[in-house]
Amino acid sequence: MFGKPSRTGRALQYLALAGYLIFLGFPLIWLLSTAFKPPRELVRLHPTLIPSDPTVQNFVQAFTEQELGRAALNSLQVSLASAVLTVLVAMPASYALARFRSKLGTAALGWVLLSQLFPFVLLIIPIFLVLRQVGLANTHAGLVLIYVVWALPFALWMLQGFVRNIPRELEEAASVDGASRVQVLRRVVFPLLAPGLVATALFSFISAWNEFFFALVLIKTPELATLPVALARFVGIEGTARLGPLAAGSLLATLPSLIFFAFMQRRLSSGSLAGAVKG
Amino acid sequence: MTTLAERPDVERAGPGRRPNRFRSDRTAIYLLLLPSLLPILVLSVFPLLRGIYLGFTDARAGRNVEVSFTGLANYRELLGDELFWNSFKIGLLWAVGVTVLQFLLALGLALLLNQQLRFRGVARVLAVVPWAMPPVVVGILWKLVYHPDAGLLNEFFHRIGADGLRTNWLGDFSTALPAVILVGVWAGMPQTTVVLLAGLQGVGRELHEAAAVDGASTWHRFRHVTLPALAPVIVAITSLDFIWNFNSFGLVYVLTAGGPGGKTMLPMLFAYEEAFRYGNYGYAAALGNVMVVLIIALLAVYLRRRLREAN
Repeated sequence: MFGKPSRTGRALQYLALAGYLIFLGFPLIWLLSTAFKPPRELVRLHPTLIPSDPTVQNFVQAFTEQELGRAALNSLQVSLASAVLTVLVAMPASYALARFRSKLGTAALGWVLLSQLFPFVLLIIPIFLVLRQVGLANTHAGLVLIYVVWALPFALWMLQGFVRNIPRELEEAASVDGASRVQVLRRVVFPLLAPGLVATALFSFISAWNEFFFALVLIKTPELATLPVALARFVGIEGTARLGPLAAGSLLATLPSLIFFAFMQRRLSSGSLAGAVKG
Repeated sequence: MTTLAERPDVERAGPGRRPNRFRSDRTAIYLLLLPSLLPILVLSVFPLLRGIYLGFTDARAGRNVEVSFTGLANYRELLGDELFWNSFKIGLLWAVGVTVLQFLLALGLALLLNQQLRFRGVARVLAVVPWAMPPVVVGILWKLVYHPDAGLLNEFFHRIGADGLRTNWLGDFSTALPAVILVGVWAGMPQTTVVLLAGLQGVGRELHEAAAVDGASTWHRFRHVTLPALAPVIVAITSLDFIWNFNSFGLVYVLTAGGPGGKTMLPMLFAYEEAFRYGNYGYAAALGNVMVVLIIALLAVYLRRRLREAN
């Protein structure tokens, strides 16, 4: 892009790149290494980057002793439910937003940006009061409800971009051929929208899986805690030997979103997400 | 043949049915939008409005507590609350510090990734990984790096023979805030990088080539071709980053929980403590209101300056 840089220029570029790789990579390597270290290596005065005696004991321990296993299951339930519900609710609305001009649509999209502006503390107290009134405080159902509502504005915005990318002519052609509106939606729009639906589901899943604040405030029963909350509670337990299971649990908590990001990146590069980016 | 036979039928039906069909379209739109809009109204718009209102009351935790409208009393109290001012200062330092560093580092990385360099693929993957991590995990990860005994950073300083630099990064009054800011930069850089990289790839190649033919230096082309073309993306992402950083909670909650001695007590943490440790709902909501107004004011100043520069 900048033409051929000089040799020193190139060397400086590689130096900078190396700096970035170290800054971005080493903390990750450290997490990985800590997760595989046995307790006696963790308390050693001078820890090494590579565990000299790697073990998977930390992973086992994290899931048996600290109840991270149950928390992971809770997280999985909540996140899956949020993903499915978000897609089901967002699908019809995003179609309407993309295909019909409506002031309501602009308002809904404006809410995406506006809702970013407000600190959660303004929302959490009234939400807590509303949920308590309908008996959903301290339940997974209540949490799912909040996650869906919270994911919806962005999901709508993203999904309507996908709808816009489906040429209107295809729908018109189908309806000229005598297909009813429902048939057009089912046979033409739905298959073409599949990547968009997957992307929306993934987005909703990850935001629920990673979410911390609402889960911390709304869920009081320890048995119902989601993974981030359980992990955060785990941090409070001091002792250097406990760092191993903590790192192992953290690593496992990252896996789902890491897998989904890998998946999304392929989608991103293949351009099927372009619609979502362009809005 | 069939199309020919059908066409007159369509034309006959067209004008006469139009208004009716138009109305049914309208109902259809609302029916399609309803499942989305209703929950957003009930669980997002309404709570927000109520939250803003709570900031003008003396609401407290507990059932059957009477709530009365107190007007500006909460704000008068905030004005005299030294803890609030302290936390606000820290929040501003944090949000501005993280956003600026995040932007500069992300721009550098995006420019590098936009070149034909070896190891670019590795850097691209690494640049996205922190984005995929839950904030709580990012916090735990850096707690391990900063750990006074078993941490990577202290061990690094030991290995290079700089034992004097070893310290309890998150527990020391002077290092806690910078240490936490660095984590914020690390966590938020990926998204900014990806957005800037996408923006860079949209900068016209022809413009660059034309400028190069005219003999413009690399710096000149960056300053007068790349930056102006990138300006809208930069303004958008830095504004969003600033909002996100100002409102961030989980990361610092895990890292320091506001300590040591309130040195990293971000406004969100402060509000959380007020609301859920002391039960002062009204006071916490008032704090939230003040933060919204301040964010909007700061953004307005920033956007106006950028707009003026653009003209």
